[in-house]
Amino acid sequence: MIELRKVNKVYEDGTHVLKDIDLLFESGKINVLIGPSGCGKTTTMRLLNRLTEHTGGEIFIDEKNIADFNPIELRRHMGYVIQSIGLFPHMTIYDNVATVPRLLKWDKSKIDKRVNELLELVNLNPEQYKKRYPSELSGGQQQRIGVARALAAEPATILMDEPFSALDPISRDQLQNELVRLQEDIQKTIIFVTHDMDEALKIADQIILMKDGRVVQKGTPREILTNPANDFVREFIGEERLKTAEPLPSLSNFIDPTIQAIHLSESKESVIKKLMEQQCFTYPLVDETNQFLGQLSLQKIMNESSVHLEDFVDPSVQALTTDQDIEDVLEYLEKHKHHSLPVVDNENMFVGMIDMKELFRSVRSVYGKRGGN
Amino acid sequence: MELLTELMQYIMNNQSELLALTVEHILLVIYGVVLAFIVGVPLAILAVKIPRLAPVILSVANILQNVPSLAMLAILMLYFGLGNTAVIIGLFFYSLLPIIRNTYVGLQEVSGSLLDAGKGVGMNSFQLLTKVQIPLSLPFIVAGLRVAAVIAVGVASIAPYIGGGGLGKEIVSGIAQRSDIKILAGAIPAALLAILADYLLGFVEKYTKKRTA
Ligand SMILES: Nc1ncnc2c1ncn2[C@@H]1O[C@H](COP(=O)(O)OP(=O)(O)OP(=O)(O)O)[C@@H](O)[C@H]1O
Ligand SMILES: [Mg+2]
Repeated sequence: MIELRKVNKVYEDGTHVLKDIDLLFESGKINVLIGPSGCGKTTTMRLLNRLTEHTGGEIFIDEKNIADFNPIELRRHMGYVIQSIGLFPHMTIYDNVATVPRLLKWDKSKIDKRVNELLELVNLNPEQYKKRYPSELSGGQQQRIGVARALAAEPATILMDEPFSALDPISRDQLQNELVRLQEDIQKTIIFVTHDMDEALKIADQIILMKDGRVVQKGTPREILTNPANDFVREFIGEERLKTAEPLPSLSNFIDPTIQAIHLSESKESVIKKLMEQQCFTYPLVDETNQFLGQLSLQKIMNESSVHLEDFVDPSVQALTTDQDIEDVLEYLEKHKHHSLPVVDNENMFVGMIDMKELFRSVRSVYGKRGGN
Repeated sequence: MELLTELMQYIMNNQSELLALTVEHILLVIYGVVLAFIVGVPLAILAVKIPRLAPVILSVANILQNVPSLAMLAILMLYFGLGNTAVIIGLFFYSLLPIIRNTYVGLQEVSGSLLDAGKGVGMNSFQLLTKVQIPLSLPFIVAGLRVAAVIAVGVASIAPYIGGGGLGKEIVSGIAQRSDIKILAGAIPAALLAILADYLLGFVEKYTKKRTA
């Protein structure tokens, strides 16, 4: 975990490029820094491996002040993909990837093994590419090598400064997918700089939007999309993306009002009759003030001798509330394989049964709108 | 035509002597240039690492380069006596500037992003120098050697004036005896040596360029 507290950077010539930056990069997450050119993304990143020193505030890595680390050691344990790829032109691909392991004095066989492993990881055939020089690779292949070099010594943190910027859209898309897939395996703390909002939305766990040396907004892609902090953020995201990110309609739109709850005062016989008529196995039960008591189960009614309706409630069924996030509801439905569920309001008053058909129809239409990406 | 056959005849008759002079000439050049390389490259590195020293180092080398060759050799003779030692030191002085200047420029030319990449992977400043900066400056360093070698071949030709050897001996005695043949027998191989040095080092330069692009 990396933490920046009130970090400032004033360059020697007096330009104040970072102003009171407070950030938290959690372990195992992809953190994306995004913002217009010159807003200080690269500078922020370079503070972390001390290629640039901050001039105010504090930076902590796993609670330890970064100022107490030896910068050379720090860098050997932090992968860095620089903005311009920066492969060493006089070294073979093998030597480029092996740079850090050699600095760490790994033995030869371990390095051999690691280089092969890494080249395979970035989808380049080791036998074919190991002995080539960077100039003998395409731009996309070079960027892959840049990533492989940064991963070589299994650093816990990886800094990536616009690593895919020079690529055509197809290779970029492919490398983004690879990064996300890779991250599932390797679980590093990744700090990733980009100009490209689509890229950020696609790969980020946390997006940090910067402007003129300040953090304008930070949050998950969904938070940023559904709740942009100000006009700058809205503009930066773009109307097009905001539209496609329209939240799903709220749960109260999908309630089937035709189903009336059974009152506690009704008799067992009339309930059985009602369930048979409606061909239902389960039915909501309320008291005289319309407080939801639970879901009656036909099976319990048939098997238990009690005459009190409360005794036939199936405790495993929980009601949904009207303000619940629809995505959570979908997830819940999927997990529990219910065909219908009762919905209550915040005071536990029965509202109605959820209308599954209507719900799925709506989800499909929203998905169709998003379908483009 | 007559001159040419006469010249060939002369060369044939004095084969072993001329060969010995050529070898001596080459050795003088190699000693001078190698010495300049050993001293010049570290001075260039120093100039890059400590920018305050750069103007001092470069101007001293520049002044040495601008002293007329005969004057330089004469002065050196005063201190080191007659013979090849003074010649080698003279060649060393003349080779310094091209080597220092080219190495200096080469080190400066290494792109900032590659230096960042080197620092970024955790190289210390010595590793950065030996693994990144020097290998990437090789074409420049070789170009410096090339210029130095060509100059040194020329300067070495006046070595006999201060008691040195080499092909200059043949030329100088040719001048004294007013023998066209002797002058040519010394001058032509000397010119060929310069061309050869230029060509060979040019070839090395091209190779290193290809590997650092
Ligand atoms: N060494 C330096 N000295 C003075 N100012 C600098 C230095 N390096 C960068 N800056 C300035 O700091 C600001 C932020 O630069 P930085 O490289 O962090 O921007 P960035 O967000 O990465 O931009 P880009 O998207 O173009 O890469 C810029 O205004 C830049 O001119
Ligand atoms: Mg940048």
